[in-house]
Amino acid sequence: MEILFVLIPLGLVLVGFGLWAFFWAAGDGQFDDLDSPGWTVLEDDAPRAPPAATERPDEAPPR
Amino acid sequence: MTVAGTPCFHCGEPIPRGLVIHARISGRDEPVCCHGCKAVAEFITGAGLGDYYRYRDASSSRADETPRPDRWAAYDRPELVERLTRAEPNGARSITVLLEGLRCAACSWLADKALSLQSGVLDVSVNPATARARLVWDPARVRLGDLLRVLEHVGLRPHPLAGEPSEQLALLERRSALKRLAVAGFGNMQVMMFAVPLYFGDAGGMDPTMREYMRLVSMLVSIPVALYAGWPFYQGAWHALRARSISMDVPVSLGIVLAFVASVWNALRGHGEVYFDSVTMFVFFLGLGRYIEMIARHRAGSVADALARLAPVTARRLRGGQAEDVQAIELAVGDELLVRTGEVFAADGVVIEGEGRVDESMLTGESAAIAKPPGAPVHQGTQNLAAPLKVRVAAVAGNTVLSGIVALLERAQAERPRLAKAADHAAAWFLSRILVGAAIVFAVWWYVDPSRAFSATLAVLVVTCPCALSLATPTALAAATASLARRGVLVAHTDAIETLSKATHVLWDKTGTLTKGLVRVEEVRPLAEFSTAQALAWAGALEQMSEHPIGRAFLASGKPAAAASGVEVHAGRGLEGRVDGRRLRIGTRAFAAELQAGQAGGPPSASLPGGDAAEESWVYLGSEQGLLAAFRLTDPLRPEARDCVAGLAALGLRSEIASGDEAATVARVAARCGIDTHAARLAPADKLARLKQLQAEGAVVVAVGDGINDAPLLRGADVAIAMGRGSALAQTSADLILVRDSLEDLPHTALLARRTQRVIRQNLTWSIGYNLAALPLAALGFVPPWLAAIGMSLSSVVVVLNAMRLSRGSQSRRRPEWPATPQPEVA
Repeated sequence: MEILFVLIPLGLVLVGFGLWAFFWAAGDGQFDDLDSPGWTVLEDDAPRAPPAATERPDEAPPR
Repeated sequence: MTVAGTPCFHCGEPIPRGLVIHARISGRDEPVCCHGCKAVAEFITGAGLGDYYRYRDASSSRADETPRPDRWAAYDRPELVERLTRAEPNGARSITVLLEGLRCAACSWLADKALSLQSGVLDVSVNPATARARLVWDPARVRLGDLLRVLEHVGLRPHPLAGEPSEQLALLERRSALKRLAVAGFGNMQVMMFAVPLYFGDAGGMDPTMREYMRLVSMLVSIPVALYAGWPFYQGAWHALRARSISMDVPVSLGIVLAFVASVWNALRGHGEVYFDSVTMFVFFLGLGRYIEMIARHRAGSVADALARLAPVTARRLRGGQAEDVQAIELAVGDELLVRTGEVFAADGVVIEGEGRVDESMLTGESAAIAKPPGAPVHQGTQNLAAPLKVRVAAVAGNTVLSGIVALLERAQAERPRLAKAADHAAAWFLSRILVGAAIVFAVWWYVDPSRAFSATLAVLVVTCPCALSLATPTALAAATASLARRGVLVAHTDAIETLSKATHVLWDKTGTLTKGLVRVEEVRPLAEFSTAQALAWAGALEQMSEHPIGRAFLASGKPAAAASGVEVHAGRGLEGRVDGRRLRIGTRAFAAELQAGQAGGPPSASLPGGDAAEESWVYLGSEQGLLAAFRLTDPLRPEARDCVAGLAALGLRSEIASGDEAATVARVAARCGIDTHAARLAPADKLARLKQLQAEGAVVVAVGDGINDAPLLRGADVAIAMGRGSALAQTSADLILVRDSLEDLPHTALLARRTQRVIRQNLTWSIGYNLAALPLAALGFVPPWLAAIGMSLSSVVVVLNAMRLSRGSQSRRRPEWPATPQPEVA
């Protein structure tokens, strides 16, 4: 049973590590959009060159 | 990207890492620390008060001593307030404010109470589901800045919304809530693991050292849960107490703190009960409920935000032949703009040069591009697809159609409907009794069995929180409003959803509702010695003054000869006025013929065939010499009208037409749509009389009109639905507005109203039933604290999830049509 005195702190360290990873992911915006990244793999084109202003005005520099 | 450590341009505070917000100050992007600062900085410089910042730089050390001394100062200046807010009757102003830190229904009482105590505040409506408050105040008696300071003082940082996107704010709130939830969740799992051996160890005779060890480890894990994850509850409770009121957070915090402190005390001294499992579970489940509620709130608010963000920040202004890039906020009515292909209009205006095609789908959901010849109106937020256009600005800032729609949406979301107000009162009453009740339970148990007094009191405090009761109505209405807005149905008054669910009759105004309202002049038949062109020109001159769809038909078919003077509108009959020195009348045959004193003579009826086409009608032009011409007008039926009427009938809604048009035309349209009851040649007063008659018979009447022409009918109806397009939107008195200019969504709207009402009823029944059932059980000691934690949190989660069903169903069914609309993609 004495092994618990080692294993429980070890478990807590692992939990701490998991929490740290979660905090990093949340701060990095990994959970901000859970829907659209899944769709990106279905898009035909590889990452596009900066779109022309005439095509997508929403992304033009002034915005 | 902002370099970490750069101070905020406005308040000088360090900018949090990873946050990128820029204020546009005289054409340059300046980093700021928050949206509040961004708004203030932009308004200060926008009003030509940029010198303020020069002054600030000189005394930057002073600014550190008193952080943000000027945070709301800008809102004290009348000229800025005027730009930011909307005018209300009697000189009052109104504004919608996003309240950061508004986490539950309880906080909304706090905001409501704090503001209502201020003199000069005329109306406050706070909606916890959208975290928005609508303020109406008298600028002569109180300054907006003071009201905002009051809000900040009670811990709800206000963010005045003037088309300002709040997505960034929502994102940060969501991330922080997610982190707290993770701490509570992980902590709860760990503590549960240690709780199992503790429970079984008691029975099986665990080594006392091991038992001690487990309890201390549980305590260690619970500390971050209680302190970090539970922090928002303490904050909420503290703000409520400071404002001398009781919010839901008070019993919750009391429960957490009591259980945690007692457990820590017992763990340290080595004997007595510990409740670490209950504490962590309570914090986790409560946090989960708040998190789901927050997601629902953000979703409801995102529609209005997405619309507000359609407006571009800059525009290209033409001045003396020179094009210059200016901020959209600097534009004034009368400015000329150059809008190139693919650009978005920065203001409402009129095309003065160029033949354009414009995508208005963001405003109306209509995916086909609309041709814009010179003279056609264009709207802020829509996109120019074809040739470059020169546009004269007709409306800016708060007066554009886009901001009208956003304001409508926000008003609907900020309004506290009758039902929600009643639930709030009940919850407030209940809360104060809980605290008293908990004290009584403790006292009684103390005499009966002191060892159980603490856990029973804890259970009462936790299990009876009326969160679910307060959330029941607003969450359902917010979900329904957002779901309808996505389909192009704007809800201007949320009470209308309740009324619509009880409706029994639909009263249609024919033109523009069942028919397209795109009246065309098909045939001109001169009845005197004039050319058809001359007759059309006169008719056009008269009709120029009319808002009626018939007027537009004449304008489309020819250039009016001259301006008509002294035009009078005879509602339901026609127009009279002077053109080229002649008194002319246009309208029904009798009306036009009457001008020729005493004579009802007209052309032989053989020359005026009724025609078999379903949607045509005749209009007559008459002078003092007699009838001059007859015009055959057609107005195509909406293809979806029949299905719509059938759909409504399937829901038990009887349709009826009340039209000002000719009997034969109305009868034909009625037959085509499958409507049995119809009345023709009704003046607006007659339509209203018919409406009152139906209401007197106990019917709940929905009136459908094309906007401003049917104002009396719409005002009198229980639920007024307007087909809204363009500028009519801003002025309409309707409760619901079909922005897509299609009847397709009407049966669905009626259905959704009923579903919403059903969900509200379920929610109220559930939450009241839960509280009534749980209270005696907890008081009698049958509910252990951990069960109380689960029960209370689940009751709120159930209510919110039930409400979210309303927004989910419609979304998926609508999917295929959305790609045409860029709105959800605006990122």
